[in-house]
Amino acid sequence: MTADGRLLRNVLHFVRLLRDLGLQVDPHRARLFAQALAQVGVAERSDFYFAARSCLIYRQQDLADFDRAFEAFWRSRFRGGIPLTLPARHRLRAAESGSAENKVPSAGIESEPAQGVGPLAYSAAEALRRKDFSELTAEELDQVKRLMRKTAWRLGLHPGRRQRAGKGRLPDYRRTLRSSLRYGGEPLVWALRQPRPKYRPLVVLADVSGSMEPYSRMLLQFLYGLANGLDQPPEIFVFSTRLSRITRALQSQDAEQALRGVFQEVLDWSGGTRIGEALRQFNLHWARRVLFRGTVVAIISDGLDRGQTELLRSEVARLQRSCWRLMWLNPLLGSLDYEPLAQGMRTVLPFVDDFLPVNNLARLEELALQLRGATAGPRPRRGGLGLHPGRLVDLRAGESA
Amino acid sequence: MDGLQSALREQSYLADRGLATVLFLALRLSRPLFLEGEAGVGKTEVAKALSAALGRRLLRLQCYEGLDIHQAVYEWNYTRQMLHIRLLEARGERAQEQDLFGPAYLLRRPLLEAIDNSDPLPPVLLIDEIDRSDEEFEAYLLEVLSDFQISIPEIGTIRALHPPVVVITSNRTREVHDALKRRCLYHWIEYPTLEREYEILTLRVPGLPDRLARQVTAFVQGLRQMELYKIPGIAETLDWAEALMALDREELEPELVEDTLGALLKVQEDLAALRGDRLRQLLAQVEIGG
Repeated sequence: MTADGRLLRNVLHFVRLLRDLGLQVDPHRARLFAQALAQVGVAERSDFYFAARSCLIYRQQDLADFDRAFEAFWRSRFRGGIPLTLPARHRLRAAESGSAENKVPSAGIESEPAQGVGPLAYSAAEALRRKDFSELTAEELDQVKRLMRKTAWRLGLHPGRRQRAGKGRLPDYRRTLRSSLRYGGEPLVWALRQPRPKYRPLVVLADVSGSMEPYSRMLLQFLYGLANGLDQPPEIFVFSTRLSRITRALQSQDAEQALRGVFQEVLDWSGGTRIGEALRQFNLHWARRVLFRGTVVAIISDGLDRGQTELLRSEVARLQRSCWRLMWLNPLLGSLDYEPLAQGMRTVLPFVDDFLPVNNLARLEELALQLRGATAGPRPRRGGLGLHPGRLVDLRAGESA
Repeated sequence: MDGLQSALREQSYLADRGLATVLFLALRLSRPLFLEGEAGVGKTEVAKALSAALGRRLLRLQCYEGLDIHQAVYEWNYTRQMLHIRLLEARGERAQEQDLFGPAYLLRRPLLEAIDNSDPLPPVLLIDEIDRSDEEFEAYLLEVLSDFQISIPEIGTIRALHPPVVVITSNRTREVHDALKRRCLYHWIEYPTLEREYEILTLRVPGLPDRLARQVTAFVQGLRQMELYKIPGIAETLDWAEALMALDREELEPELVEDTLGALLKVQEDLAALRGDRLRQLLAQVEIGG
């Protein structure tokens, strides 16, 4: 075999290892890798490693998988290049997490309506809209899910940094000059520019701990709807004792597949609640990366916290300072006799801009309408409640008394 | 490759073998290099050192939200255009559009300058903190980097005779689109190891007492193991060492560290977390380690 032939065999073998691990390698990146090897050779382990790494992957999160494939490849070279097969990535994940399947709640997102469920009469649909999510029967759940799919989610617009032709305050020299040529170079008509509006970014942090379980099926459906219904997809995290980012997992055309993805990511479904710790994880590792350009943060939680109050206070305060508007959506707020007496809820209220119920479909539909207005307006008053049900108006006053 | 490594060293930049390999490949294969890593690991410095080491011009494009073609590629010099019109008018002539929108009235911004260069050796183009720009600019950049050409409606298409060496950096404050990264060689820069940071420190802060240099490095390395909102980078280590030198100190002491900690930690919560016992603990570890 020629030297070129051996080189090519090495390249193909290594690329196959990576693909076995679930890493995507474009043919043109594989070709680039072959070119790189022609430059650095295959004798030096470190050179080979960095050449391969720079050509074959382009995301920091793939580094660990890459290293595994590299180890396997380098070892196999000295065994005469026997191709090794590595277990595929998703199987490995399942093995690491124990029996992940067992933790999956029974009902999930459905992209197709269940068979045998006909259209609802208007009044029945209205009644369903008002029924608390936690009290729905399995059949009603399906019906509500179908109704929910019709909810149109829109985020508000805010003036972006980019300019476009329009009636703003900034001059558009280019158009002005062009039109002036028509009048012998006299700029008679001043063309103007205005900011081009952008959608406000949204970040959702959803509580999936044990106490939220009655709501978790609908919650997932809701998150899936948000992830796939907004023009600008939101960043979505879930937490109970730890925080998991499920943004990528939710972005799938196939709802079932999205759901499976979420359960692979989230290892502590229905665990205990440590909101403060989860927010701390968010503030430390994610805030820098997902909070920018006037982001709206929505936390969905009942506020039944088992962690340290002091930690919760400082982290929620920090979160509010780093975002444009902090919304707290609480399913318990829906019931008439609810008072935010839980320690966790009392702690965070002073730092929440909006405090809203999300316990049934009607509330969610209201939220869809409010979200647009709330995210479009001027900067909210800090430390006060913007949107909230009427009877909670002087809640804050009661708190500080 | 060894030559490149020592050339960078002469510019006071210590590139490890991995970085040297990808820089070498970027030059040989004429591919843009996408450097990602936490803030303060020396991504921007790479491009500066590279241009100095290779004796090429450095063109820097600092990205920010809303960065558009007029700041990144070209803009027409409206003031000159207006003056030209006035001048012609005074002579009783009328301005022609093709005169006004010619090369003489073009303000060349970094991207155009890099593509349309007549340097003896093609320049180094540094596109800094791409994660701060928006998706529209990324898409535009993708177009420029795939063909190394730029279209200006009034003039036509300008193609690079000698494509520049492109270095793109990102702090990963957001995910940059895969399409752009796929065009590039990718390299993730880690924080330096203890030995490496010590080397960098002694190279960049000459005159720093050896004992202090070791303590400073060990202390910063210890800090990076803690959960902080903002982890200090190499730049902070260098700043701090210089501050300590300016104070004419030979050794780390709790009060000294507390007074100068602002050079390392820039977030109030981080500073508060480190005062008192934790600082003493960390210093004790440094003593044992050193």
